[in-house]
Amino acid sequence: MSKLEYRAIQELKYKSGQIDRRTFVRSLLATGVALPSALSLAGQVAAATPKSGGRFRMGLGHGSTTDTLDSATSENHFTLVNGYTFGNHLTEVSNTGELIPELAESFESGDAQKWVFNLRQGVEFHNGKTMTSEDVVASYNHHMGEDSTSAAKGLLTQVKSLKADGKNKVIFELENPNADFPFIVSDYHISIRPAGDMASGVGTGGYILQSFEPGVKSVLKKNPNYWKEGAAHFDEVELLSIIDPTARQNALTSGDIDAMDRVDLKTVNLFKRNKDIYIWDATGTAHYTFPMRLNVAPFDNYDLRMALKWSIKRQELVDKILLGYGAIGNDHPISTANRYHNSDLPQREFDADKAAYHYKKSGHSGKIPLSAADAAFAGAVDAAQLMAASAAEAGMEIEVIREPKDGYWSNVWNNDAKGWCACYWGGRPTEDWMFSAAYTDDTEWNDTAWKTTDSAVKFNKLVKEARAELNDNKRRELYYECQRLIYDDGGTICPIFNSYVSANSKAIATDENIAANWDSDGAKCVERWWFA
Amino acid sequence: MHPVLKTVLGRLGLGVATLFIVSIIIFSAIEMLPGDFGQAILGQAATEETVAAFRRELGLDEPPYIRYLQWVGGAIQGDLGTSFSGRNASGTDRSREVIDLIAPRLWNTLFLASVTAIIAVPVSLFLGITSALYRNSVYDRTINTTTLTTISFPEFFVAYILILLLASLYPIFPSLANVDAATPLSERLYRSALPAFTLTLVIVAHMMRMTRAAIINLLASPYIQMARLSGASQTEVILKHALPNAWAPIATVIAFNLAYLVVGVVVVEVVFVYPGVGQLMVDAVTSRDIPVVQGCALIFAITYILLNLIADIIGIITNPRLLHPK
Repeated sequence: MSKLEYRAIQELKYKSGQIDRRTFVRSLLATGVALPSALSLAGQVAAATPKSGGRFRMGLGHGSTTDTLDSATSENHFTLVNGYTFGNHLTEVSNTGELIPELAESFESGDAQKWVFNLRQGVEFHNGKTMTSEDVVASYNHHMGEDSTSAAKGLLTQVKSLKADGKNKVIFELENPNADFPFIVSDYHISIRPAGDMASGVGTGGYILQSFEPGVKSVLKKNPNYWKEGAAHFDEVELLSIIDPTARQNALTSGDIDAMDRVDLKTVNLFKRNKDIYIWDATGTAHYTFPMRLNVAPFDNYDLRMALKWSIKRQELVDKILLGYGAIGNDHPISTANRYHNSDLPQREFDADKAAYHYKKSGHSGKIPLSAADAAFAGAVDAAQLMAASAAEAGMEIEVIREPKDGYWSNVWNNDAKGWCACYWGGRPTEDWMFSAAYTDDTEWNDTAWKTTDSAVKFNKLVKEARAELNDNKRRELYYECQRLIYDDGGTICPIFNSYVSANSKAIATDENIAANWDSDGAKCVERWWFA
Repeated sequence: MHPVLKTVLGRLGLGVATLFIVSIIIFSAIEMLPGDFGQAILGQAATEETVAAFRRELGLDEPPYIRYLQWVGGAIQGDLGTSFSGRNASGTDRSREVIDLIAPRLWNTLFLASVTAIIAVPVSLFLGITSALYRNSVYDRTINTTTLTTISFPEFFVAYILILLLASLYPIFPSLANVDAATPLSERLYRSALPAFTLTLVIVAHMMRMTRAAIINLLASPYIQMARLSGASQTEVILKHALPNAWAPIATVIAFNLAYLVVGVVVVEVVFVYPGVGQLMVDAVTSRDIPVVQGCALIFAITYILLNLIADIIGIITNPRLLHPK
């Protein structure tokens, strides 16, 4: 047995509790590891093994007096985290970004139009009732139908019919094939609640709700009968709404909370010096764009669009606008957190020669107006100024127009009066969802008016094709091509993806993988983290 | 009718008239606020039609005077209307009554104001009287310099210094004052300690210096000299002879500071995450939630008018010249 193998075996024994810390450290010393390293290694191993217990208090930068426990109304990060803490869904997105079954044990479809979900058996709601297909059907009907006011209504209009097949099976019939349907059912709105009780906060989750005060806090207690293994390690949980970033950071520094979201980027470098906390960030799907409208001159010109795409110093925008907490974009809206992010496309960088070449070819002369206001995103006007400066290096003149914040979304964005402006997107968990929100020809929010060029026509065809495709490799090919079409011909400039920046007390341990589909470890930090 | 009762009734009548004028000012000021609730709440989804539909639903398309009359009419009957927020883009109506929104917050604010007042008023009076007693001594100067220093710093600065000292370096008090309806009194007091200290430091100087000045002012009067000549000690002179005549200005300043504690502590509330009414109002302004803004402004106006009324009455009762006008 080599030293390394011996160490690995001892590590496993220590993790599983067969040997104690002292024995583990001694065995490390025996293999030639120095004492300080041996101690820190022991610490790391201990931290990586989830432990139960403790009262976890988290400060969240959202929360409003109008929040409720009815998942149909979830709209901010507080309700998301709260909802995922006491409720479960048919499927979930794991911390590595994969779709895994949750309350459904498995799901299958032959044609992407009829979906069968086999439910996990013996799962109990907090009120002691056993979950059956009846509850799942009732939970879905809550979001569907004419009278539903659910925010998830639009997501579920594609469901033609839904019925229970016995106690442990539900069958969805869709209007059109949708290979992403299992993804849709992981949406935070569609929480599974007992039939007839959608609003009181009774779920199947790892924590039982004790009290909830909208816009202030939520208190939860560990569910002793939680069905999911290796999850929900804390005994008690307190989620606090602390809107002011300074107050949130103070609370973490003084130990009044154990974790917080949305660190203030302006002070993050000072905050980092605190030895009791650590800052972490995850690049999700949220991104900033500069859509150019193809139905407004001069943006109908392919070469002019290309010239502008080549004239941006993306890393500079990440460094100065996001203070380093973000990733550069490649002029399409699919992030590395998505499943089918096209990593084959060459990364577009600032290239004065290429920009000048395309600019000359476009035959355009004079100023190019770019509208911006900080309503689009914090720092939008500064970003526009930086773009104007780098474009000037390539011989183009961008005129930055500072727009009023009020009415920005009606008078500037997605409006033919302005050809080019700043915008943000929260991003969507699936490619199809993102494309149908802002890029296909049938959405109202197609802010680039990219509908009639050859590439756009092809794009719309491919999106429909991919939606019905169940073969993973074929879908990947189709979505890669869709991204390439937007990257090349599309009207959007997507220079940066902004990261979620959070801070935890060093007492909190997490898995090495942290989900990026939502902030706070996919908004599931409460059941995924533990006290080291 | 007793002259005091008559004066009080007269003041009360004036108070109501003031309140009426204030309500007009509040309404027109909010009318002049730029921006629109529909646009603020709809964000990216704010198209011309959706905003127009929103305005219709909320009755914002009515002319201003009709909306004003509806609002005042409701307010007189204790109905401040329904909050705008909660009607989100998804079409769900979860809006709450303004009263329900304000009441628990107002209770928190009054609690914090009372705790602060219970500490700050006796301390200021004591410091004011003793510094008048030992005028120009080292004690007097130290008190003056200290209180003037604490009032000169902005509240958030005082608050952060206290957090640094008493929550971070020496963790005695929590930096989060997030109380709720279920918090027991002792816990509530413990949690409110830092915000109450901060506010005390901010308001003590004003009340203390007014007390000192009012007493010193009187010490030059002939009747005080008479008292001195008749052999009264310095303490007797101040407590027995000067103080009774100094109550009117002191009461005015105390009332002013108490009103400030109710209406002006939003910065402290935000720093300590204290769920008070100031933060509610600022949130409401940001989201253009007009009924809530109006409700808060009206309650603030009532607070000012009531407290000033009480100060006036104290001034009248303690002043024989006003009590028995010729």
